[in-house]
Formats: sequence, structure tokens, C-alpha cells
Amino acid sequence: MKSDNVIETKNVNFYYGDFKALTDVTMDFERNRVTALIGPSGCGKSTLLRLLNRMNDLIAGTRVEGKIVFEGINIYDPEIDPVDIRRKIGMVFQKPNPFPKSIFNNIIYGPRLSGIRGKAEMETLVEQSLRQASLWDEVKDILGQSAMMLSGGQQQRLCIARALAMKPEILLMDEPTSALDPISTAKIEELIEELKKEYTIIIVTHNMQQAARISDYTGFFYLGKLIEYSPTEKLFTTPAVKQTEDYITGRFG
Amino acid sequence: MEEKTHTSIHYEKELQEIKETLLYEGGLVEQAIQRAVRSLLERDSDLARTVIADDEQINALDEKIESACIRLLALRQPAAKDLRFIAATIKVNGHLERIGDIAANIAKRAVDLNKVPPVKPYVDLPRMADITREMVRESLDALVNEDCELACEVREKDEVVDNLNEQIFRELLTFMMEDPKTIHRALMITQISKNLERISDHAESIAKMVIYMVTGKNVRHLGPGEGL
Repeated sequence: MKSDNVIETKNVNFYYGDFKALTDVTMDFERNRVTALIGPSGCGKSTLLRLLNRMNDLIAGTRVEGKIVFEGINIYDPEIDPVDIRRKIGMVFQKPNPFPKSIFNNIIYGPRLSGIRGKAEMETLVEQSLRQASLWDEVKDILGQSAMMLSGGQQQRLCIARALAMKPEILLMDEPTSALDPISTAKIEELIEELKKEYTIIIVTHNMQQAARISDYTGFFYLGKLIEYSPTEKLFTTPAVKQTEDYITGRFG
Repeated sequence: MEEKTHTSIHYEKELQEIKETLLYEGGLVEQAIQRAVRSLLERDSDLARTVIADDEQINALDEKIESACIRLLALRQPAAKDLRFIAATIKVNGHLERIGDIAANIAKRAVDLNKVPPVKPYVDLPRMADITREMVRESLDALVNEDCELACEVREKDEVVDNLNEQIFRELLTFMMEDPKTIHRALMITQISKNLERISDHAESIAKMVIYMVTGKNVRHLGPGEGL
């Protein structure tokens, strides 16, 4: 049991049509920590991540059982507005996906829809978000330029800034650096280390060494089940379950 | 449960080579202990000089094993048991190299003692040598077979060696008090006894590393049986 959990899943089953993608997943995520989800392809880790902000709602034929509790309520309750959830639980994807707009408008798009007005307020928010994403210094003089002109690493940091502009509590990251070069990857990992002071981060990664480097807790998934969930140091030095040991030592069988 | 092999056969081979080299080093170290003590018992200074010269082989293996371990850490980023195995091996390797040095020191002492008449028949020293050799062999067997029980047995033998060392000292003390002319020789024998006692400590440390490797528990500063 962790001291302060910001979101918890309770006995979650998830189906794509008849296919049971997740079985009885119960886990809690500690506030202001980085939790990594690892496991082989098809193990359900990205599916779980998408459940946390109801992104799976966008896929036809899916069904959730169990609860996901955030701020004391089950986010799958019928009264809950999924858009509101996605404001508070932001997401960054594997392939950077800036809007084909200026850097400034990329950041301000969501907040503007949420009702922010006033030039000064918008400018402050854009600067704050870009600073938090360690991108401000590189783009402060070209905010009017198209975001599509940025490098891959910069685009990804822009996407992070865009998510942060909504002032989320949680940031979900689905393999955020797998499309990036080692330097951009290192910059984003450094960024994640800083961001956790203010936000809670849950990251899916194929790169075990990345999980080992940046996360406080790691959950290992296999065939839709949560096999082991421990502090990262423990999981990578003395895993409790043989399956975990086999996976992280490269003995895939 | 069948042990899965690593997806990379080369990696599996590298691990295996390290284990085999470590066992080979262990064999040389055991032999060094046996020969060093024999060179004293049989008053064979040529054999003693062989032990001293052959220590170079052990030193060369020490370097080879350490390089292989560092290389594996850098290139393979081992985790969990593989990581603990490498961490343990680096330390075990260090202990084996020290045991080799101590055996060479015993041989040097033997060369000196062989030039003078013996103080008394050696009874406890050969016993100590046998037990310490056994401890080295068994601690390495425990390492490659991941055998915690055997490692614990090795740890218990250290006390026997400590007691023998104590016994030798007391006995030689009486000789020295009775006849001061024996003091120089007696002191050299106590040094050999102390050397064997140090070898036993190193073998016990190897056993502790086996426990760490298998269980992840650090029992370095706990007594035998504690912490498990």
C-alpha cells in the first residue's frame, strides 16, 4: 500500500469485443512518483494506460469491468464527463503529434476551449508550459512558427507542454521516447525527473533500461495480468516472481 | 522448473565462460594452499618456490575475470540474478586472488623454516590446511550450483579453523616460554597458522557472496545462520 495514491484500479477486466485484454488488474499509483509499466508486446500495458483516461472509449466494441478511482470517484461512472477526465489526466503518445498550427496555438488550443481569455493570461500560460517542458529557451523567439518545423525531440516536448497547459494531475506517457534519438530521449527522461515534483507520471515503455533509470515503481504485465508490482530497485535487483526475472534478464523462452 | 536460456546465445556463453574461469582459478588456489603446506611438512623448498612463482597465474586469471565482468556490465546491462552473479563474482574473484597471495606467503615462510630444525611435529597445521581447502572448493561449488545450504556449511567451518589457530598459538606459547631458542621458529609457524585462518575468512566471505547471489540478502556482517 502506498502512502498517497492519486489513482487506483480495482479488479479491472477489459475486453476488445470477446478478447479479454486485461484480467483482474488492481494497482495503485503514488502521487508525485513515476510508475513504469513494462512487459512484452500485447501484454496489456498500453491498454491499461488508455483506461486511466478513458481513451479506450474511442474504440468501438470495448467493455470495462471493475473500477478506476480518481479523486474519490470511479471515472467510469455514467455521470462522469470523459473530456473532463482527460483534462486532468493528460496523455503523450509515442509518435509526437503536434497540431499543424503555430507553437503558440498548439499550447493554447486546449485552454482556450476550456475558457481561458485574455492575451496576457494566455502568454503567461504558454511560457509557463514551455518552461516546464524545457522547451522555452529553444522556441521563445519563434512562437508564431509552425510546430511542424521543430525536430522530433522538440515536437515531443511541445506535446508534453501542451498536456501540461491543461494543468493535469497525472501525465500518461505511452512510449514517449521510442521514436527519438538518444539525446532527445535523455532530455525527456531528465524532464520527467523534474516533472514528478509537480505531477504524477505513468509511463509505458519497451525499454527496460529506461524503466530502470527513471521510474520509482515498476509494474510487469504478461498476457493481460499484472505479474509483479514493486519499487523499481527491488524489481530489477531481486524480483519476486520468476516470470519477471526471466523477462528482465532477457530469458524470453 | 526448467531454466530458460537467454535469447542471446552469446550472452549465455559469456556468463558460462566467467563461471568456468572462476572455477579454474579456484582449482589453482586450492592447489596453491595444498602445495604451500606440503612444502613445509615435507621440507620441500623447491615446491615452495613453485607455489611462489605460480601465483602469477592466479593474478592473471584475476585480471581476466574482472575484465570480463566489467565488460558484461557495460555491454549487457544485466539485471536481477545476472547482476547479482556479476557483483558476487567480482568480489569472489578478489578473495581468490588474496588467498593465492596468502598461499605464496606460506610458501615463503616454509622456505625459511625448512632451513632450520622443526620445533615439533605438525599436527594441527595440516588439518587446518585440509579444512580451508575444502572451504574454498565448497564455496565455489555453492556459487555455481546456487547452493545456499552448502554455503552455510562452509561458514560454520570457519569457527573450526579459528579454534585450531587459537590452539596452535597456545601450544607454541608454551614452547616459547620453555625455550627461548624456539621463539623465531615458533613465531613463523604462528604466522602460517594465521595465514590459514585468513584463508578461511576469505572462503567464508565467498560463501556469504553465494547467499547474496541466490537470495539478494546481504549477510556480510551477520553470523552464520543469521538473516536467512
